[in-house]
Amino acid sequence: MSHSKPKFQEKYGNFIGGEFVPPKNGEYFDNTSPTDGKFIAKYPRSNKDDVNAAIDAAKAAENEWSKTSATERSMILNKIADIIEENLDEFAAMDTYDNGKPIRETTMADTPLAVDHFRYFAGAIRAQEGSASELNTNSVSLIIKEPLGVVAQIVPWNFPLLMFTWKVAPALAAGNCIVIKPAEQTPSSVSLFAEKVKDVLPAGVLNIVHGFGPEAGKPLASSPRVDKVAFTGETTTGQMIMQYASKNLNPVTMELGGKSPNIFFNSVMDQDDAFLDKCLEGAVMFALNQGEVCTCPSRMLIQEDIYEEFIEKVIARTESIVQGDPYDMKTQLGAQASEDQFDKILSYIKTGKEEGAEVLTGGEQFQASGDYKDGFYVKPTILKGHNKMRVFQEEIFGPVVSVCTFKDEAEAIEIANDTLYGLGAGVWTRDGHQLYQIPRAIKAGRVWVNCYHDYPAHAPFGGYKMSGFGRENHLMMLDHYQQSKNMLISYDKNKLGFF
Amino acid sequence: MQVDRVSITNKASKLVEELKNRHGDVIFHQSGGCCDGSAPMLLPKDDFYLDESDIHMGNVAGVDFYMNQAQYEYWKHTHLTVDVIKGRGSSFSLEIPEGYRFKIDSRLFTEEEQKHLST
Repeated sequence: MSHSKPKFQEKYGNFIGGEFVPPKNGEYFDNTSPTDGKFIAKYPRSNKDDVNAAIDAAKAAENEWSKTSATERSMILNKIADIIEENLDEFAAMDTYDNGKPIRETTMADTPLAVDHFRYFAGAIRAQEGSASELNTNSVSLIIKEPLGVVAQIVPWNFPLLMFTWKVAPALAAGNCIVIKPAEQTPSSVSLFAEKVKDVLPAGVLNIVHGFGPEAGKPLASSPRVDKVAFTGETTTGQMIMQYASKNLNPVTMELGGKSPNIFFNSVMDQDDAFLDKCLEGAVMFALNQGEVCTCPSRMLIQEDIYEEFIEKVIARTESIVQGDPYDMKTQLGAQASEDQFDKILSYIKTGKEEGAEVLTGGEQFQASGDYKDGFYVKPTILKGHNKMRVFQEEIFGPVVSVCTFKDEAEAIEIANDTLYGLGAGVWTRDGHQLYQIPRAIKAGRVWVNCYHDYPAHAPFGGYKMSGFGRENHLMMLDHYQQSKNMLISYDKNKLGFF
Repeated sequence: MQVDRVSITNKASKLVEELKNRHGDVIFHQSGGCCDGSAPMLLPKDDFYLDESDIHMGNVAGVDFYMNQAQYEYWKHTHLTVDVIKGRGSSFSLEIPEGYRFKIDSRLFTEEEQKHLST
């Protein structure tokens, strides 16, 4: 089955106070598709005036929205989930054209996960409770959860609808109003979202401002009128956002990438069975979403005594990846999200080769044909080297995995932790001891055990080390969008006797 | 002979000059991590807090170039060239609204060069 490109308006507005409005300065930027290099639509090149208008709208809605019951908000989130589900194909097609990822992923992963995520937080907020403690005979401490107020969110382009959802669903569930800036590379599905849900969400509760980091992101992150800043992106911008927020003593959550190890112990080769087949799929997960995932398993660690046999199978599986037309349901690997990403990936492959890494497969551009000949495609690439090489240490954000071997458990752990980051990791083994002990020794927020790249709501996701902090996808995220009000009540009729 | 760690192409240098005229004093800070990371960010000088955890790697087009020390440990054997390409990043780097991205091309230092590094 082949899907078709979605329909776009020629020009989109910001979504402020429940309406689409043009940018105040009248300036727009062109958004193009990485699948074929063609123009998609014009989006507002907003600046601080638009950001301030969005914050005004959020502030105006804050009082009423913060007083809605968990039941009401839960119902709204469920309605939003239904709306996305009813329009799943349209959302999927839009993210594919905007981001370049294959339609099978937007259809089977990004969009259904977004649906489920709204449902999860619709449930989580109703199950959440404050607490009461009797401190002594006459004193009771109540903890009541309250929304923060207006939260600022800045999201990336690798999962346009899903990353938006990870930020928006818990913040709305907790009773906050939102000003969010989508990535300028992928503003489309977020606009579609606003169009579809505008009659469900009260005006001003969700505000979307398009534009560039230095012009729209900075005034949003540094505004003294927001109560929290949440960001997913890279480390330098992460630090800057924390600095801006620190001026206002605002809390932040940061998700800043990784260089995740995917570790294969020798027992995986003990049998040629369904599990080995699953391990091979797990090894090739580096190519999922063109490698444009913060948790891309971009370092493959293979126990040395199975290396030759195992890598041969991994190479064969990698070379069987179907690449090209993102709208074909059979396509497994689409286009990189932009020309500069594409260029960066090829530059890293070159650096890897110079450092002495051996290209086991791929290592170059994939020339797509027909309508997609001007798109940005890279062949899935396996580099063999050692962990001190830059291609083992830096996030390439492409379908590139760097492979090395290890002797024993101790060396596997040492290599796995020899990185600045700590977001994800994978451990593959048939050994019951290893599948508990190795994940515990890895300094990363999410360790997949005998699986990889699964992102269900209800399993917390977030980083250690330079990968940031905060735990999304889980009711823990509600805490990151809430204040804890403590009421300390005395039932004692008598004074303390101090004065 | 003195060998610099960082250099810049003419094209990138020209864009830096334009951006300096518009934004005043700027620095480069090499970013790591997700999405638009692993790229040099051009930032207003007073916006980014620098301390001893940032290594000063050189000066290109009149702009100081920094990198986080931990990251530097993995990069120090390579020479970096700041170049520019058409593109669209979503970071806070100042060239992004102009439709460009600064990028890094790397090559290994020779043994001879390693002996004569300026920083």
